[in-house]
Amino acid sequence: MTSVRVEDVGEARALARVAEASTLGRALARTARRNRLAVLAAVGLVAAILLAALAPWLPLLDPDVVDTVKRLRPPLTPGHPFGTDEFGRDLLARLVWGARVSLLAGVVTAAAAMVIGVALGILGGFYSGWIENVVMRLTDILMAFPYVLLAIALVAGLGPGLRNAMIAIAIVGFPIYTRLVRGVVLSLREREFVEAARALGAGDAVILGRHVLPHLVSPVIVAFSLDVGAKILVTAGLSFLGLGTQPPTADWGSMLATGRQFVILSPHVALLPGLAIFVIVLALNLVGDALRDVLDPRTQAG
Amino acid sequence: MKRYLARRLLLLVPVLAGVSVIIFMVLHLSPGDPVEIMLGSQATQEDRARLRADLGLDQPLHVQYVRWLGHVARGDLGRSLWMKRPVLAEVLGRFQATLILTGTALGLSTVAGLALGVASATRPNSLLDRVSAMASLFGASMPSFWLGIVLMVVFALWLGWLPASGMYAPYGGGGLGDLLSHLLLPAVTLAAASVTIIARLTRATMLEALGQDYIRTARAKGVVERAVVLRHGLRNALIPIVTVIGVQAGYLLGGAVLTETVFAWPGVGTLMVQGILARDFPLVQGCVLVVALSFVLINLAVDLLYAWFDPRIRYE
Repeated sequence: MTSVRVEDVGEARALARVAEASTLGRALARTARRNRLAVLAAVGLVAAILLAALAPWLPLLDPDVVDTVKRLRPPLTPGHPFGTDEFGRDLLARLVWGARVSLLAGVVTAAAAMVIGVALGILGGFYSGWIENVVMRLTDILMAFPYVLLAIALVAGLGPGLRNAMIAIAIVGFPIYTRLVRGVVLSLREREFVEAARALGAGDAVILGRHVLPHLVSPVIVAFSLDVGAKILVTAGLSFLGLGTQPPTADWGSMLATGRQFVILSPHVALLPGLAIFVIVLALNLVGDALRDVLDPRTQAG
Repeated sequence: MKRYLARRLLLLVPVLAGVSVIIFMVLHLSPGDPVEIMLGSQATQEDRARLRADLGLDQPLHVQYVRWLGHVARGDLGRSLWMKRPVLAEVLGRFQATLILTGTALGLSTVAGLALGVASATRPNSLLDRVSAMASLFGASMPSFWLGIVLMVVFALWLGWLPASGMYAPYGGGGLGDLLSHLLLPAVTLAAASVTIIARLTRATMLEALGQDYIRTARAKGVVERAVVLRHGLRNALIPIVTVIGVQAGYLLGGAVLTETVFAWPGVGTLMVQGILARDFPLVQGCVLVVALSFVLINLAVDLLYAWFDPRIRYE
């Protein structure tokens, strides 16, 4: 009988991890071969993120400099490839700077909703009794409102502004994650490996950290990747209503809102920011769908 | 069915209580003093104290909540700070326009979604199916307010086929034809995202239903294909479809705020946005309350519909 040395276990774990990584890599490669559109979307997304991140160092005009002589120039005007807005500000620069606000708002609100939602979902799924009751009633009540309406009502209470709009959207968005995570945790709670761990004397923290959390990673990543696009849409919607970003800051939703007044003679001022939102959210949805195919074996080959 | 109805109504109590607390708290914890807004900065200390006492704002929060709830139960939603008129009458007057818009959008998206979904499910991977899959991806990615502006630019401003905004023509309008011509663009805008969601779900549940044994039996009996699809397939696929239509109703009620703003539709949504920008809290509260209540009622109706469609649910 040979005893198992600690180093062997460590090595086996490392090997298992490499194997896991390579199956994931292979699944990614397979998806990439089959789903050219998703690859294109991913490349576009990375490019957009880079553009937004590097905006201060790009050879762009100042997005806030007003030039009333050159107001509402059409696209392809020399010096202004996308034209200018009602104050003569360069639309290309405003779109790129607006991307910083819109992308960041989408990622931050989705992440905040995810953190709150996952934490509450674990609590509500793992502990029965009053904790579960409180968590589930809270999500029931939040979901009793139409989504956009509740976000608007919260902004009404907090006061208009980008920060408050983001807080409102995060609050409105977390119940989706809570429902998702609680469902998974509920089913895990009764599984043999959790009971075995408990029988071996593992505490709640160990069970949650080592046996429950790893199972939540894939569904939560998929939900998150699809949620960022939805959050960008809602943030833009609130800005469009005048409840989010306040002028003169450029953000795709508020650009659309002010551009709307000039839509008869200069439709590009309103149409371009909307097109930007559309393309980015479309790319996010394509990548999110592809991620789901990789991470969720049930929908594979579907 | 009666017992199910009673149980379902009982479940409404905590939800309604929570909804009312949220609506009350959100607007009472907000920065900005209603007394300041009503009297302006010139008022004396005594005036402010008197108005504060009149409005009950000097009471503890829970006392204010109970008082507010009592007023709401009697149909008194307070007076608008901005329009100086009772909130309930104002909101209900606008709610009719919102109902016309969301109702039409829901009808459009249900009919179009079901038709598209059934057609895609009976011919999977056909051109129609692939176009509908692409359309649903577009629908989920497109800001509705942008789609509204595009439709307005094309059909109202360039082609001049339809009016660009409002509910009736300012002069000489008022008939049903006038209403319909104003309604078409906003209703299509609002329905666009829901059509694609209903179509995708109908396709998925129909495909599952059409793979069942009873479908093979029906075909073997020589039932006409049309009847197989509609009577045996669609009927059994209806429950998840009804759920998603209920969810879409709530989505449409919320999304109507954006569509109404684009097309200057005189509904609750535009009223609420105006109220927020004017910091008119009783008005905003009234708008949120009426829309949230109607959403709760829609959910109730959807649950009762299930129980009617599927007797198993009643005995759970």
